[in-house]
Amino acid sequence: MAEDKRIDEVTGTATSGHEWDGIEELDTPMPRWWLWSLYATIIWGIVYVILYPAWPMIRSATEGTLGWSSRGQLEKELAAEAQRRAPIVNAIAATPIAELPARPQLMQAAIQGGGAAFRVHCVQCHGAGGAGVKKLYPNLTDDDWLWGGDLAAIHYTITNGIRNPDVKTTRISQMPAFGRDGILDARQIDDLVSHVRVISRQEKPSASSARGAALFSANCAVCHGAGGEGGRSVGAPKLTDAIWLYGGDRASLTATINQPRNGVMPHWGERLDPVTIKMLAAYVYSLGGGEKAPAPAAVAAAAPEGQGADGQP
Amino acid sequence: MASPDDLTGGKTSLYAARKAVYPKRVDGRFRRLKWAIMAVTLAIYYGTPWIRWDRGPYAPDQAVLVDLAHRRFYMFQIEIWPHEFYYVAGLLIMAGIGLFLVTSAVGRAWCGYACPQTVWTDLFQHVDRLVDGDRNAQIRLAQGPWTAEKIGKRALKYAIYLTIAFWTGGAWIMYFADAPTLTHDFWTGQAAPVAYGTVAVLTATTFVLGGFMREQVCIYMCPWPRIQTAMMDEKSLLVTYREWRGEPRGSTKKAMAHPGAFGDCIDCNQCVAVCPTGIDIREGPQIGCITCALCIDACDGVMAQVGRPRGLIDYCTLEDVAAEKAGGTARPVRKTLFRPRTIIYFSIWCAIGAAMLFTLGQRTRLDLAVQHERSPLYVQLSDGHIRNNYTLKLRNMETRPRAVEVTVSGLKDAALWTEEGSRDKAAQRITLTLAPDSVTRVKLFVAAPAAGAARQDFTIATRGLDGDPRGDSETIQFDRPPADNQEPGQ
Repeated sequence: MAEDKRIDEVTGTATSGHEWDGIEELDTPMPRWWLWSLYATIIWGIVYVILYPAWPMIRSATEGTLGWSSRGQLEKELAAEAQRRAPIVNAIAATPIAELPARPQLMQAAIQGGGAAFRVHCVQCHGAGGAGVKKLYPNLTDDDWLWGGDLAAIHYTITNGIRNPDVKTTRISQMPAFGRDGILDARQIDDLVSHVRVISRQEKPSASSARGAALFSANCAVCHGAGGEGGRSVGAPKLTDAIWLYGGDRASLTATINQPRNGVMPHWGERLDPVTIKMLAAYVYSLGGGEKAPAPAAVAAAAPEGQGADGQP
Repeated sequence: MASPDDLTGGKTSLYAARKAVYPKRVDGRFRRLKWAIMAVTLAIYYGTPWIRWDRGPYAPDQAVLVDLAHRRFYMFQIEIWPHEFYYVAGLLIMAGIGLFLVTSAVGRAWCGYACPQTVWTDLFQHVDRLVDGDRNAQIRLAQGPWTAEKIGKRALKYAIYLTIAFWTGGAWIMYFADAPTLTHDFWTGQAAPVAYGTVAVLTATTFVLGGFMREQVCIYMCPWPRIQTAMMDEKSLLVTYREWRGEPRGSTKKAMAHPGAFGDCIDCNQCVAVCPTGIDIREGPQIGCITCALCIDACDGVMAQVGRPRGLIDYCTLEDVAAEKAGGTARPVRKTLFRPRTIIYFSIWCAIGAAMLFTLGQRTRLDLAVQHERSPLYVQLSDGHIRNNYTLKLRNMETRPRAVEVTVSGLKDAALWTEEGSRDKAAQRITLTLAPDSVTRVKLFVAAPAAGAARQDFTIATRGLDGDPRGDSETIQFDRPPADNQEPGQ
């Protein structure tokens, strides 16, 4: 049909040579700009295939001469971010934890960073705002601490965990299961509950609580203190305040004395870097219950005792 | 498909090529006014960023500074924060109404004298005359062959254009950073890329708009002339050709031969030769006329030479022209300027300005925003009290550090403390020191007895302790454990 091709008079364009009952088809060429765009994309494609990962192979794609990869780019961005944060991170690393509050800017940075780490590692148990879960995990925002609420104590707890079998330095103590193990019978436990509710000002003294007081001195005072004021060296909660991790009503107290929970916490010393742990301590400290460090003399006096409490005789 | 060519039967282009304009040098009272305004406006533009203004050690000392990086706008003693942007909106509204006012009072005076496009075009046309010579020399050079002289003159002219354009772009960026520092950084290659980009773009636009597009911007691109035509009436001041006096046109020779047969216009075309937009004012009011009044200067000069009264082309209203034609006299200028329309525009303009000045004088430079922490909503304290946590954002907009006090009211036996304090030192009020010109975030702990409503409104307020007691307050909730959830001891 090639021989039927001709130049159309009206448009000045070649025909394709097809003809149906006198109707012919114009062979209008592609616009020049369109063709050049096409050639440009072809060249672009070839250059791209050479420079960047392109052909899928069995294990991975061809590498490309630039050696670019999305993973590599991410690593570069992470490294750049780490470098940007380096001055602050180094300063926090170089500052002893107890001295952080004296440097407000560093403290604020630590609280910010700690908040981020908290949302990754801690919220699963302690909740998004650190308020804990009733009858399961302690509230970190209140002013009651089992193991101590100054920066160093919080830092130690995060590093070593609580009742963690994997580290020797973990915070450890064990309340006996008075009911389950038959140390006290049900009636004695009932009296004990009465006494605890009296010292926490929830009930009026009664004959039952008087009997409980004697039982308390014999069984509980060694850890919880004679007046129920608690003992932080063994994580024994204060029994005279309004805060009850596992509940302060009769049923909850009975359940606790029968079979205590002895809650556990992971140790983060091996999982997180030291700076992150410092930041976490600063964040937890900032939630509202942070306590001033005990006076230096008190620390020196308490140190050997504290060591023992941490399970290291 | 029918194309315009088919309909008109020939090759008619819908595109009108620009007719080059070579305005002739002219002197006169309006030309001198234009010189003066050009000098003042250019001085303001180039000089403003270099004016210093002492604001103390905590704020920049540049009088006019749009500090985008720190989100502050400084204008002499006024400092505007982003949330006060309505002042800028108010200024823009004032600028808009100011244009209405000027247009209704003196016509397109903005276009003729103060518009940057006019000022820079005028500047570039002076460069043309400086390098190429006056109108005739310019036309000869443009039509002549590309000789060495022409190439040299063109190169010199474009170099001057580029220098002016670069200076224009360079001055612009000075409004956005400390001018001396930025100048140093710019020339030592340390300025931000956006500074170089902005200078490059503005150099290019100034070069093209001022050097080549010129009157086409006014006629084809700018919306303002189109809006102005809707704002003008028969009482608006225009550059007008007194047709009744000028027509029919005839040279002095013809007029001498036939006394009384010809008008005052001697058809010398000087008014056309000097026009920077290349129009003929004798055709009546038109969109191309920016009312720069150079044709008045040209015509007045010619009238003086031929011994006829000035003002054949003059600023007057259409109403006056009609009155004069009918043998009456023009209204006094005072009456043209002061009429209900201009007075109303002026009152609105003044009212907005006065309202802005008033609010500027009244605004507090200390304000407070409170957020109630929701996780947890409340915290049980060991002595039975309930604590709620709040985040305070205290905005100190003064350029000095301030001591302020935060108090609560409406919450019985409440005690406050911050992260720095502690419960045992808690009090009914706390004092804080706010950093100058910044927002201070403070975590506020509020403890109150457990007895009370599960949700209670109370007010947190702040006020200055340094002589200016004005402040701000916000009403917010205090939450307690709901009664049914409040087991004893829990």
